[in-house]
Amino acid sequence: MELKDKFITSYAPFEAQIIGEVDALRKIRLEGLKTFEAKGFPTKKEEAWKYTSLNSLLKKEYNILPAAVSISKEEVKEFFLKDTDTYKLVFINGVLAVELSDYTSDIATILPMSVAFKNEETLSLLNEYYNQTVNKDDSLTALNTAFAAEGAFIYVGKSKVVDKPIELVYLSTSTEEAVFTQPRNLVIVGENAQVKIVERHQNIGTADTITNVVTEIYSEKHALCDYYKLQNDVAAANLIDNTYIKQGDSSRVCVHTFSFGGKLTRNNLNFYQEGEHIDSTLKGITIIGNKQHVDHYTLVSHNQPNCESHQNYKSIFDDSAVGVFNGKIYVDKIAQKTDGFQQNNNILLSDKATVYTKPQLEIFADDVKCSHGCTIGQLDDEAMFYMRQRGIPQREAKALLMYAFTEEVMSSISIPSLRLMIANLIASKLGVSMDFEI
Amino acid sequence: MLQIKNLHASVEDKEILKGINLEVKAGEIHAIMGPNGAGKSTLSSVIAGNEAFEVTEGEIILEGEELGELAPEERAHKGVFLSFQYPVEIPGVSVTNFMKTAINESRKAQGLEEMPASDMLKKIKEKAELLEIDRKFLSRSLNEGFSGGEKKRNEIFQMAMLEPKLAILDETDSGLDIDALRIVANGVNKLKSKDNAIIVITHYQRLLDYIVPDFVHVLHDGKIVKTGGKELALELEEKGYDWIKSSVE
Repeated sequence: MELKDKFITSYAPFEAQIIGEVDALRKIRLEGLKTFEAKGFPTKKEEAWKYTSLNSLLKKEYNILPAAVSISKEEVKEFFLKDTDTYKLVFINGVLAVELSDYTSDIATILPMSVAFKNEETLSLLNEYYNQTVNKDDSLTALNTAFAAEGAFIYVGKSKVVDKPIELVYLSTSTEEAVFTQPRNLVIVGENAQVKIVERHQNIGTADTITNVVTEIYSEKHALCDYYKLQNDVAAANLIDNTYIKQGDSSRVCVHTFSFGGKLTRNNLNFYQEGEHIDSTLKGITIIGNKQHVDHYTLVSHNQPNCESHQNYKSIFDDSAVGVFNGKIYVDKIAQKTDGFQQNNNILLSDKATVYTKPQLEIFADDVKCSHGCTIGQLDDEAMFYMRQRGIPQREAKALLMYAFTEEVMSSISIPSLRLMIANLIASKLGVSMDFEI
Repeated sequence: MLQIKNLHASVEDKEILKGINLEVKAGEIHAIMGPNGAGKSTLSSVIAGNEAFEVTEGEIILEGEELGELAPEERAHKGVFLSFQYPVEIPGVSVTNFMKTAINESRKAQGLEEMPASDMLKKIKEKAELLEIDRKFLSRSLNEGFSGGEKKRNEIFQMAMLEPKLAILDETDSGLDIDALRIVANGVNKLKSKDNAIIVITHYQRLLDYIVPDFVHVLHDGKIVKTGGKELALELEEKGYDWIKSSVE
């Protein structure tokens, strides 16, 4: 059976399993299912998927309703921030891992989505926000909407500053059957509130996984939200990340995406500016090799005047890796004084590596400042010789140059232990044991 | 310390060095002078192991060991230092971070432990003072946005940190005003000892007023055509390179 049909025929048993859900959610699910049924999985015929094919992934058999597995803290401690007190929501194969989680807070409401839907107080928020930012025509988002059963619910009330970072960790463990999971996150940052969130996806099993995750973030007036996405560094993992962000007046949202592997990674990152004096920042570091594929598809929709957006993506490709960057900046005709900036720099370490980079500017206002730039290059031979002349061996010199290349993104990570973790991940990715952060 | 025997080197099949012979002993300073295009920078690059050049014939021997196929970093670990004519800008790597990495990688290659952080800081402070370098300067990205003089001073700072056996200063005086020239030359003179050697590559004589050579060699069309004492530099300054050209051709 084709995967699409499998999902459709699985809906009824899935619904029976999560019986007792509120009617409002059921209606949303059915709409999602209908859209997915009409559209199916995206193909390369669609402009937005021109360079990224899901074909080979979809041919596999997946368990689309995997069961809970228990793992010890010791086994997974490397996937958490070190020496940093955090709130934790941990999911294994899409199911909440209670013993690894720690989300009790006096400051914010942090709950597993399944619990939030059963709670009177959060239910009213869900009715107001859930599925409201998403592109309802997007088939993968619709598929998630139909089947999402678990994820993170985060609500930060007016003027609350969350005292420690929130870690959302999604682990896959399957060693035999391939697994398809669909987490769903909702983050509401109230007026003047502040929060830092780290979302990590990690396959620790050996079987293939597809994660089709949807995250909605609402940041109200003057809210600050730093959101970090740390994506798989193993080969047997595929990730489709659909993130939708709606910002109010004078709010600032910054999303960093770190893509260090996986077989296929697609990031659909959408910002909608619905107020004035908004700052939206999108940054990314991609380091891949072999036949890995990472596709960043960004949209910043400037719908109101006097807002800014900053995009800065740094990517390094080795072997036969393929990278795609498609960055769309839309400026509505009323969005005067928009300042939109986009930069995408790439290093190709191999003749067989490929990068497709495309800025897409749609500007309907006449008093705006929008700039974009992209570069594709190799490591500078002169710089390599210079560093080696000072005694730094070739591999280390290369690693140091590449780390330096990512500096503009690294330097804006606001959680020191996360920056250290990423620096170490980059070092191991580049095959060196160097302390970059000295 | 250094022996160069019948060295020939090419870049993209064009022969630049056409049989260089040179011997440098510990404790000596040698100056290599010559007109543009004579092969001065090629010689320094080849000694340092720049892979853009191909050695087609001859030998470079450092303390009895042929450098032949050694990579640039291996030569550096054996004590070869090249002060670049055009130091490369490396955004995102601070001067301090770069030096810590370079020193620790060299120590690693020699089977030594990393230098303790406190020793490193002390050394950086001491050498920065020698070159009259401000502390703030050390946290800036390597060579990025540095003036010509700052770049050269930073090169000699790195030389002071790495304490090479053989230092080659390639056109270190270019881009320096008179004060910077004095600071740089003073630094070099302080670093000189009976156990190390320095090759100064220069187009002009003025640096040699400060760093006084034991020998002066004139390079012309890929060969050393004249060797003398420090007075040869003055003679060259007075008569110009045409004098060499006409006396050779």
